[in-house]
Amino acid sequence: MLQIKDLKSRIGETEILRGLSLTVNAGEVHAIMGPNGSGKSTLAQVIAGHADYVVTGGEVVYNGEDLLQLEPEIRARKGIFLGFQYPVEIPGVNNAYLLKAAVNAKRQYQGLGEVDAFEFLKLAREKMAELGMDPKFLNRGVNEGFSGGEKKRNEILQMAMLEPSLAILDETDSGLDIDALKAVAGGVNSLRGPDRAIVLVTHYQRLLDYIEPDYVHVLSQGRIVKSGDKSLALELEEKGYDWVREAVSA
Amino acid sequence: MSAENLESLVNKRYEHGFITDIASEGLPPGLNEDVVRAISALKKEPEFMLEWRLQAYRQWLEMQEPDWAHVHYPKIDFNSISYYSAPKSDDDRPKSLDEVDPKLLETYDKLGIPLHERARLAGVAVDAVFDSVSVATTFKAKLAEAGVIFCSFSEAVREHPELIKKYLGSVVPRRDNFYAALNSAVFSDGSFVYIPKGVRCPMELSTYFRINAANTGQFERTLIIAEEGSHVSYLEGCTAPMRDENQLHAAVVELVALEGAEIKYSTVQNWYPGDENGVGGIYNFVTKRGDCRGANSKISWTQVETGSAITWKYPSCILRGENSVGEFYSVAVANNMQQADTGTKMIHIGANTRSTIVSKGISAGKAQNAYRGLVKVMPQAHGARNHTQCDSLLIGKECGAHTFPYMEIKNPSAKIEHEATTSKISADQLFYCRQRGISEEDAVNMIVNGFCKEVFKELPMEFAVEAQALLNVSLEGAVG
Repeated sequence: MLQIKDLKSRIGETEILRGLSLTVNAGEVHAIMGPNGSGKSTLAQVIAGHADYVVTGGEVVYNGEDLLQLEPEIRARKGIFLGFQYPVEIPGVNNAYLLKAAVNAKRQYQGLGEVDAFEFLKLAREKMAELGMDPKFLNRGVNEGFSGGEKKRNEILQMAMLEPSLAILDETDSGLDIDALKAVAGGVNSLRGPDRAIVLVTHYQRLLDYIEPDYVHVLSQGRIVKSGDKSLALELEEKGYDWVREAVSA
Repeated sequence: MSAENLESLVNKRYEHGFITDIASEGLPPGLNEDVVRAISALKKEPEFMLEWRLQAYRQWLEMQEPDWAHVHYPKIDFNSISYYSAPKSDDDRPKSLDEVDPKLLETYDKLGIPLHERARLAGVAVDAVFDSVSVATTFKAKLAEAGVIFCSFSEAVREHPELIKKYLGSVVPRRDNFYAALNSAVFSDGSFVYIPKGVRCPMELSTYFRINAANTGQFERTLIIAEEGSHVSYLEGCTAPMRDENQLHAAVVELVALEGAEIKYSTVQNWYPGDENGVGGIYNFVTKRGDCRGANSKISWTQVETGSAITWKYPSCILRGENSVGEFYSVAVANNMQQADTGTKMIHIGANTRSTIVSKGISAGKAQNAYRGLVKVMPQAHGARNHTQCDSLLIGKECGAHTFPYMEIKNPSAKIEHEATTSKISADQLFYCRQRGISEEDAVNMIVNGFCKEVFKELPMEFAVEAQALLNVSLEGAVG
């Protein structure tokens, strides 16, 4: 589904990704771990198409297509979803309105008609109940005055409604209490399926107790320096990132 | 036309032929008493109206052009303006839509203006108007049945002089300000509305349906009188961009609400804003004021201002009657080189008077947008209340928003609240929306419309939908 080859990217003058390669197939869950500044979030932003991140080399192919040529909204409509680390507030724009506009933008792109308003609301309320969200959040401004945990649940709600093919969740677990973490993990797990791929960007192994990954990759200085199965995450937890750095430089 | 010619023209002012000539040619540029006389004569006005205009003119001569607004423009030479421009003859107008600027047509298309209206708006000399005329005639009959008078100002001066004498200048006195005085001297035409006691006007009154509306844009004069217990909703303007040859617009609007009466006045202003460099746009210097003269009366202003190079206006309410209510809901958009200095004045005189101000300013491009508002509570206005909410939205890095709230509170029992916010459409917000599959343009529209929601809901339904579309068109290309 996603093939990244020798990807290089910088923000401003700072080179962050320095030849990153990764293949993600449908049905797989990948966890990308690594210390601060290793390039985890940059990878997520480059895949989503943030203009501040300049690609200086390498390629990203998504379902056989050169992803880097596509505008961010087209990537989204083709099924790429980024759960933001810091979801932005958009005061005055109704949460339900944004959600519906997003669903309709995708449907329109696929040649489907607009979603039925009643069906849409019914589905949104069901998904919210599963995530432990109060339905009144639908009528609030997008992320406006939401707590950290509420914002993250809102990201998962959007993901659940959009049913992406490739979901990248950027530190979705950070700042969550245990109940929120379980709710978010539940949302992600219910999306798992043979046609979808999920990439979890995370600092800690904690999330992986709830969402079991097929592969774990360790990122350091803009490259994947170690890959393995879920036991790698446990090893990291135990030994810390210094262990990886030492292993790499040795 | 040379000064000599002008003089000779003026000298033969009372000759019959002179009037016919200027009726087809317009008055030469310049302003003096004879020009005022000529305008009055052209309109076949009674003597009292001419006297009123002349006094206004004399007062205007003694006044200074104000310069306190947060707007900048080259000094206006009042002697280079023609104060009566003849209606364009059919020969000068485009013969069909094929001859109209395609850009204008594109805008009509985006706004969803019906085909038969486009020709009228673009000033095409075809029978396109006829549809509206027949509609207007039907409406007139229905209004007459209710006793409502809705006609051009000129007609009212001739047909209802007693009402004009009683109310004209009673809200905005001739010498109220420089531009009001100028308007009083040379006003071209406008609307007159009279709602009899206890009557609820059976329909929304819109300038759109008023026949005889041609060529009234420059110095428009509007007077609306709502007798005891009556109710009227008046819509002014049009979302479609209007062609106009005159750069300076100085309108005066007076509203009178007697006991228990209610006037709702909605404006969508979309005069030509000039090009991206600000060349050629309209200067819109307007005085609008409502007088809640009777107890329990209510006046509500709602405005959506997207046009003009410079907008300078403060629709105000004088809350004289006890328990009277004043409202001001405004969306002002300034893009490219546009400048806007707009807001309201709420003057609390009667006891337990209440006012609400909701102002939403949107700036984009290099535009400057200022809110200027006065809340004044007089000593006798016990229990007066005001709530002001004043929000600014910035799009891009080169525009500006300014807020100038003034409060003069002379009664200790008054309760005044003021809230203000400034926000910005950030790159992060746009990227977030795009990552959800929403195009940048749609994202901007969504954010802007969300910002203006509170004001749009005050507009009559149909108008609100149009206003939303208008805003989207006005801000096109504002980002990126």
